[in-house]
Amino acid sequence: MELLAGILFTLTIASTPLVYAALGELVVERSGVLNLGVEGMMIIGAIGGFAVAYSSGSVAMGVFGGVVAGATLALLFGAITQIFLANQVVTGLALTIFGLGISALIGQAYTGQTLDTFPRLYLPVLSEVPILGKVVFQQDILVYGSIALTAAVWWTLTRTRLGLIIRAVGEDHEAAHALGFPVIPIRLAVLAFGGGCAGLGGAYLSLVQTPIWVEDMTAGRGWIALAIVVFAAWRPWRVLLGAYLFGGFTIIQLHAQAFGVNISPQYLSMIPYIVTILVLVAMSTDTARRHFRAPACLGKTFFTVR
Amino acid sequence: MLRLEPRTERSRLLLWTTPLLAAAMTVVSAYAVFLIIGVDPAKALRHVIFDPFSSAYARSELLVKAAPLALIALGLSLGFRANVWNIGAEGQFTLGAIGGGAIALAFYGVDGPWLFPLICAGGIAAGMGWAAVPAALRTRMGVNEILVSLMLTYIAVLLLSALVSGPLRDPDGFNFPESRIFHESAIPPMLIEGTRAHIGIAIVPIVAIFLWWLTRYHEVGLSLRLLGDTPRAARFAGYSEARAVWFCLLISGGLAGLAGALEATGPIGQLVPGIPVGYGFTAIIVAFLGRLHPIGVVFAALALAVSYIGGESAQIAMSLPAAMVGVLQGTLLFWLLIFDLFVGYRVRLLGPPKKSVRATAESDREMSEAGGA
Repeated sequence: MELLAGILFTLTIASTPLVYAALGELVVERSGVLNLGVEGMMIIGAIGGFAVAYSSGSVAMGVFGGVVAGATLALLFGAITQIFLANQVVTGLALTIFGLGISALIGQAYTGQTLDTFPRLYLPVLSEVPILGKVVFQQDILVYGSIALTAAVWWTLTRTRLGLIIRAVGEDHEAAHALGFPVIPIRLAVLAFGGGCAGLGGAYLSLVQTPIWVEDMTAGRGWIALAIVVFAAWRPWRVLLGAYLFGGFTIIQLHAQAFGVNISPQYLSMIPYIVTILVLVAMSTDTARRHFRAPACLGKTFFTVR
Repeated sequence: MLRLEPRTERSRLLLWTTPLLAAAMTVVSAYAVFLIIGVDPAKALRHVIFDPFSSAYARSELLVKAAPLALIALGLSLGFRANVWNIGAEGQFTLGAIGGGAIALAFYGVDGPWLFPLICAGGIAAGMGWAAVPAALRTRMGVNEILVSLMLTYIAVLLLSALVSGPLRDPDGFNFPESRIFHESAIPPMLIEGTRAHIGIAIVPIVAIFLWWLTRYHEVGLSLRLLGDTPRAARFAGYSEARAVWFCLLISGGLAGLAGALEATGPIGQLVPGIPVGYGFTAIIVAFLGRLHPIGVVFAALALAVSYIGGESAQIAMSLPAAMVGVLQGTLLFWLLIFDLFVGYRVRLLGPPKKSVRATAESDREMSEAGGA
């Protein structure tokens, strides 16, 4: 029973950064922009969060630092793709290469440093309930925040005027422009939101998951977040489901030894990447494709004589 | 008031001068970054820019670094023209190292001039096989090749690490995760004595010239360009997208695999987990800096090699972090993408705001008619 609680507990910790990063990218893609630089924004969020938390002594400030770092990098992407009209695929890759480099550069001063552990909520009575108590009522605030954010993104996209405008821009930017919506400012704002989310996901890694800074510590999670958006067919609640599914596959390695599985750790580490490919294949079958369609303007450059 | 107007044809002058401008702006940006992190910028830049040319050995090392970058980027640029986004060259490079290295180890101690070509063929086949996965998934099921090829990179790196700590581990190596050191017949012949400049460097211009001929004079080149620029027109012309996807992925995978086999047997000399160092990703920058043109790519590879060798030299001389190289390379690509706007668009300084191109053209005609009358 203790083991099960432990597994479920690590599951939420492994999944939460994926929830944030994938939710941010979901909104960005719904507005018609394909930002492949999630990995870069996550890693800059990880070091930004760590550096701010370390120098200010406050993890709350650290979380804020991660958000700002991710949003800043996203705005750089926004400037290059929306104002300078560059190809979004290439710019996203540049963002990842740049983010990995600059984070390692900044992180050099913080290698080997440690932070205080992130505070957890201990709700009285409820957190004493066996298993459920540990899993549901003893998490840190960012875990609850990720679920609240899923609800908020779903509400905004499907039930509000703002969400309608974002989707209109993503489905047909020409029509949205003709209706008088400022396509480029909307996309820049959405990109900043997405970058902030990715930065928060990265900060979660360096502040909560393992409160130390390690170069390249995102290890492909940004790319997995991109795959989760496809898996989720651009729907927020399915992002949450997808993130927990992928989170589950990343922790198999941690717990396999406990069950006496005798396979090289490298093969176990491959599982999330293999599952990503399988999921992408499953999502591209004809029936899946009929039901779940990508935003029509995804990745297309919007240009108007201005 | 600034106004952008799409050019009917890309400016050829700007197409080839903007990479130089981007490089110049990268140097300026690097100067600023060095100032911010408290490093003497002039001294650091001197190391980065001039050290790679300072000695015969450094110059040979430049070629050693440029060769894999050029080989990979030559293949990638074919696909990027045709909207085939192979982002997993790093994985195909790693598989090439595994394939070539495994053959070298299988024939350990066996001498013969046939062995090295066999190793190269093994590297090419392994790289192609790894690239065939995204090719098959995209053509058969419509799966996005970007994510698949990238996931395969992570799997390849883990596979190499598993193999060198398992079946390919050196039996006399005190359990270190390394293979045996390859024997004489398994390593590439050297071009220049006393350096690490190997025969692979000589392969680069041959491949570049062949691909230049292919893209310029052969129908394949036309079909790829057409598929990239106007996919609908290409389909009407009868060019198959699936064939182009297979062609681009197999060529780029094969070349990345060859680069991997050469890297493992040449400069490194054994299989170690650290063989993939990001050439596959840097090659993406090389491809764009070289304007997806085979000859341009070769020069771009040399430029990026300077950033590696120079960065390494500055790292040793001034104890700068190794990550500096990634920052320089990312910045270079950013500047290039920014300048690309001016290749495809004309920036007009004057002109009334919020007036469409057609309206302007009409008013121009009216004016000229008025002038004629």
